[in-house]
Amino acid sequence: MSNTQPVIDISGVKKVYAMGANKVYALRGVDLTVAPGEMIAVMGSSGSGKSTLMNILGCLDVPTEGTYSLDGIKVNGMSKNQLADLRNQKLGFVFQGFNLLARTSAIDNVELPLLYDRSGRKLDTKAMAVEALTRVGLGDRMDHQPSELSGGQQQRVAIARALVTQPRLLLADEPTGNLDSRMTVEVMALFQELNDQGITIVLVTHEPDVAQYAKRIVEVRDGHIRRDHPVLNRKRAEEDLKALIAAHVGEEEMPATEGAEAA
Amino acid sequence: MKQTTLLKVASQNIVKNKMRTLLTMLGIVIGVGAVIVMVAVGNGAQTMIQKQISSLGTNLIIVMPGSGQIGGASQGAGTFNKLTVDDADKLKRDATLLSGVSPVVSTRAQVIGGKGNWRTMINGVSTDYLTIRDWSVSTGALFTDADVKSGRKVAVIGATVAANLFPDEDPVGAQIQIGHVPFQVIGVLAAKGQNAGGQDQDDVIIMPSTTAQNRLSGNIRLGQILASATDANDINAAQEEIKGLMRESHKLSVDGAEDDFTVRNQTEIAAAATSTTKVMSGLLAAIASISLLVGGIGIMNIMLVSVTERTREIGIRMAIGARGSDVLTQFLVESVAMSVLGGVIGLLVGYAGAALLGHLTGWTTATPVSAVAIAVGFSAAVGVFFGYYPARKAAALNPIQALRYE
Repeated sequence: MSNTQPVIDISGVKKVYAMGANKVYALRGVDLTVAPGEMIAVMGSSGSGKSTLMNILGCLDVPTEGTYSLDGIKVNGMSKNQLADLRNQKLGFVFQGFNLLARTSAIDNVELPLLYDRSGRKLDTKAMAVEALTRVGLGDRMDHQPSELSGGQQQRVAIARALVTQPRLLLADEPTGNLDSRMTVEVMALFQELNDQGITIVLVTHEPDVAQYAKRIVEVRDGHIRRDHPVLNRKRAEEDLKALIAAHVGEEEMPATEGAEAA
Repeated sequence: MKQTTLLKVASQNIVKNKMRTLLTMLGIVIGVGAVIVMVAVGNGAQTMIQKQISSLGTNLIIVMPGSGQIGGASQGAGTFNKLTVDDADKLKRDATLLSGVSPVVSTRAQVIGGKGNWRTMINGVSTDYLTIRDWSVSTGALFTDADVKSGRKVAVIGATVAANLFPDEDPVGAQIQIGHVPFQVIGVLAAKGQNAGGQDQDDVIIMPSTTAQNRLSGNIRLGQILASATDANDINAAQEEIKGLMRESHKLSVDGAEDDFTVRNQTEIAAAATSTTKVMSGLLAAIASISLLVGGIGIMNIMLVSVTERTREIGIRMAIGARGSDVLTQFLVESVAMSVLGGVIGLLVGYAGAALLGHLTGWTTATPVSAVAIAVGFSAAVGVFFGYYPARKAAALNPIQALRYE
């Protein structure tokens, strides 16, 4: 894959929902290009159309009008099965509610997308899952079930699950929405680290603080992109984390990432 | 998804909800178990009846006196008994499809001898009798054709009679009195057991037909004539031949007179008896399979609950690349795994139940091997049939809405 081909290329995308006789315009014509290696924060209040945009980017929904190319592949007109395969091959999802399978170990959760692989490649799914979990720093928690992990750890398992297929694009929908500030910073540090390794990330958030960790901010309002600007003073989550730890030296012995759910 | 992975996922989900799975399977277990027990009982009854009927004799054909009419009112069978030894002799002489013919002169008499006295059935027969009845003499010997011709006073006693009169000694050679006539015991019949009607077939004494007629019954009419067809496949032809010869013998061939005798064969008797048990076992199995149906509805119900409960899981699977068909297969495998497992357990329960029932009641139970295949096949079919609708529902979910489902 060359660096010049955009990961996301949408133009003139509209999405209209028919609510009985009324038509609701969720997107009124959106153009967006995301180059490889970018880290974009999509911001907007609820009802702005950012969720619809996210669903379209995630190939969960198709636009009513306009075109969408994902990694050079034209998504318009694809069947449900083709969309499912595309999601499996090209995308990694991270959700606000983690969305891990309950009563299923971390390693089995991470392995899951590989089980739906239809490319015919011979995959060592176990080894790939182990590698992905190690990459998010959970190499020692592989056999834990979600209920035995803290929120931050669960989100890291979800990120490992998104990474395991080596996707072209990581889509994160409010990934820190259910996390406290310490865990938020931890997760954002992981995203920045992955982005530094070359993974393209699009994250949806309504927290301006979180958006500051991205390289570029896209603001959606009333179905249009209102602003699209680079982040000038980009924050480094790793440094923020160090500052947080320094401020709570006394709690070092009982890390906030542990035991939150176990109680 | 690979088959092994599918099975793994299904088994994980089944194990996760142990109690629920057990209760759901219970419906299938009871259904299959009930079908197996009922089939076993029905089959056992059929086997038992067939065994009893074949104990009557080989390719047996029975000629009995016919019924007649008096002033237009039908009388019972045997009212006009015209069977004679001449009929039996004619059949023996002229029939081509019969391997043996024996007249039967039946009467009851008091027997005195050995340790006491005993009232029993006396059958006067020819030497063909034992072959026809597929019977044998355990000790001593049967009388000969010469004995029949001369009307010798010799008797072959049944096992029950022997046990009652001669509990401790060998009856062969002993003298007994049958209806005040002295007889010599020349043999003991092998034990044959009960017949289909529950009568003890060993409580009998056989002797030459001539002796029975002349010394005991004093009647020239025969109770019946027994014959044995040479080949089981010719039994109907043999029956027709007997009818023809009997009409000749009774001089009925010229005018259109009705038969004054009745001919029946063993297969007719067997068919009548087994058809009853067939209907019964069919009915029992039908009732039992209703519980299988109810079990299937239980599976459908629990799978619907499961689909609703796991809407979010379905959404996750779809988001990460599961196709609708993957989800459909997953839920179908789950319901089929549940029903087949239930079927196998039901099979074991059914076998155990049939064995226990046989042990407690003394009934013969027999489970055909085909029942195993049918039980497992049926329970799998139940799983597919009742699992399809919930699985279809799961596969048709919209991933966006499924992910948002609380």
